Amino acid sequence: MKTGITSYGFYVPQYRIRVADIANVWGKNASEIERGLGVIEKAVSTAAEDSLTMAYESSSIAMSGHILPIGALFFGTESPVYAVNPSSTILGELLDIGNNYLAYDTQFACKAATGALISAIALVEGNQIQSALVVASDKATGRPHDALEYTAASGSVSIIVGEKKPILSIEAWESFSSDTPDFWRREGIKYPSHGGRFTGKPSYFKHIIGAVKAILSKTKSKPEDFSYAVFHMPNGKFPIQVAAQLGFSSEQIQRSLIVSELGNSYTASALMGLVATLEYVKPGEKILFASYGSGAGSDAFIFTATPELEKKRLLFSKKIQDKKYIDYPTYLKYMRII
Amino acid sequence: MKSQIIGYHTTQFGELWEKSLFDLVEETIVGVLKNTNLEIGQVDALFFGNMLGGILENNLHAGAKIADIFGINTPIYRVEGACASGGLAINLVHEYVQSGKGKTVLVVGAEKMTDVQPEFITQGLMSAASGEEQESGITFPGLYALMARVYLDKFKYDRKNLAAVAVKNHAHGLLNPTAHFRKVITIEQALKSSTIAAPLGLLDCSPVSDGAASLIITSDPALIKKKGGVQILSSHVATDSISLLQRDSLIEIKATQIAAEKAFSEAQIKRSDISLAEVHDCFTIAELFAMEDIGFWKKGEAGKRALNYETLKDNNGPLIVNTSGGLKASGHPVGATGIKQVGELYLQLIGKAEKRQIKNIKYGLAHNVGGSGGTAVVTIVGI
Repeated sequence: MKTGITSYGFYVPQYRIRVADIANVWGKNASEIERGLGVIEKAVSTAAEDSLTMAYESSSIAMSGHILPIGALFFGTESPVYAVNPSSTILGELLDIGNNYLAYDTQFACKAATGALISAIALVEGNQIQSALVVASDKATGRPHDALEYTAASGSVSIIVGEKKPILSIEAWESFSSDTPDFWRREGIKYPSHGGRFTGKPSYFKHIIGAVKAILSKTKSKPEDFSYAVFHMPNGKFPIQVAAQLGFSSEQIQRSLIVSELGNSYTASALMGLVATLEYVKPGEKILFASYGSGAGSDAFIFTATPELEKKRLLFSKKIQDKKYIDYPTYLKYMRII
Repeated sequence: MKSQIIGYHTTQFGELWEKSLFDLVEETIVGVLKNTNLEIGQVDALFFGNMLGGILENNLHAGAKIADIFGINTPIYRVEGACASGGLAINLVHEYVQSGKGKTVLVVGAEKMTDVQPEFITQGLMSAASGEEQESGITFPGLYALMARVYLDKFKYDRKNLAAVAVKNHAHGLLNPTAHFRKVITIEQALKSSTIAAPLGLLDCSPVSDGAASLIITSDPALIKKKGGVQILSSHVATDSISLLQRDSLIEIKATQIAAEKAFSEAQIKRSDISLAEVHDCFTIAELFAMEDIGFWKKGEAGKRALNYETLKDNNGPLIVNTSGGLKASGHPVGATGIKQVGELYLQLIGKAEKRQIKNIKYGLAHNVGGSGGTAVVTIVGI
């Protein structure tokens, strides 16, 4: 494929809440929760922020220096600001990209944006458009006292797909989908429900393993052919376990494991792991990437870094050190729970 | 009239996401018929042990569902006694065969537990507790934790005396290919596991499992001559108040004591004749109670003797307990558990328990408990 990712941007809100502070509110053993989930703290957006404002932040960075017309803008989220009314067009207006673009919002739990990325690749690859902006943004929340409360976080990642001077060339993609109801939220219901342990083996693991095995087979690749691997991060344990089951080493995934510090920003989670990894990737190195969306499906990609990456590399690790801690009542206020 | 077990089958126990309750029932019935080389038409009646089908899945009228699967018109009875549903079904089959009502009977136990969220399974299981207990919000781990607290305090034991039960049963589970957990644990891991209801940690508790098991029991002399098998020497059920509040003592299960006394009396053997017991270790404290209440050990001794691992297979003692891994490691699909316990005795007595096989076994005992001790079934088998 000639098509690639030509630039990217990310946004991690400044505020953090410690998992221990949430555990203490509910009388839980904080170290057991931290150990069980592999998460120490998570990023929290303020009451003035939502998936759209965060998408604007990450997209502004991605669009910096971008000249070609954006022919498509796809917005993946599971916390849209409107139930009916597209976020993609509001973002397009804020970014001032004119009107001649295809816009739609996508919904598929945590993989809404990677599915849209495949659509964007096809449009660019088929010479229908010159470039596309794909956004993954979530202000994710869990019901107070639900296990999700420890991990559901905020964040946004934007990527531009095009053919001119890609920083990552896209070598291949593969999807694996099935009707697997492991996590859902019905219309009008504020918080999502989930199937507990069912979210593991028959859901996350089955689909990521299915997608990754398919892409390895399609490209005749082996885990050792990759310098890095990135897997969706609902918690700190699953990506480590799925990597081991697929034959990837802990070194290959180490740079992507930002969930322990930032939590799971749902649609943005896997892509956040990718942009964290890009800080260290050298030209010519290959990355295997697999998202996961409940319901369920996984999109796997193989990327190769080009020399252009050096020019557009973002310093992720430094940026996320700019943080302030909040307490539990402030967290509830920021998440608009109270 | 002899009541002889001539065949056994069990499915895998565990999180069987791809299988429904009646997939599991079908799998084990087909399996036990194959193992005994019998046709479903040769079975005079079926008994089905199951607790939660109605509560969790709105899935009752099981007899007709089984009849539908196999295209039969045989009498089929559903038996419910909470976690003792399987043992209770065996007891009824034994009585049915003894009475001469039918000669060859298939008993199947099954449970599908992992399709619902933990709060629903916990609520469903609590249907086996008293109304007051339900209203108070307590759960079974809480009820057994109350009993454990009293026991540990009275006999000056600590959590290690409980944890040793889990360590032993996991060591046995490793050898059982159909066990939910085939993993050795250490006493340190057990002690460090998350607190569920103090003093019980996660590794003091049996898991929520899917699974099914079945046996064929016959009085037909021709079949017994042809198939051999294992004789049911006695099977007794006893009940007690459903609520802990009404019990005379929190450190013993009276229903177990009564059922065991009757079972030994009828079988006309001594406690010391039993080489293998499959006892109801829904929580580690429950195995300590079982050992004392069945009469193997004196009251208050079990904590110390558990920590000596006297009933671990590798220690080759006179009595081995829970070679299947018990409920703790083998898993606890509640309706199937009582069937699996007797099935394990059957395999051991006919010498087909493979890596779990113990030597020179003539008699085995199965002990299945419902709720916090409101029902207990003790069955003794021998060759």
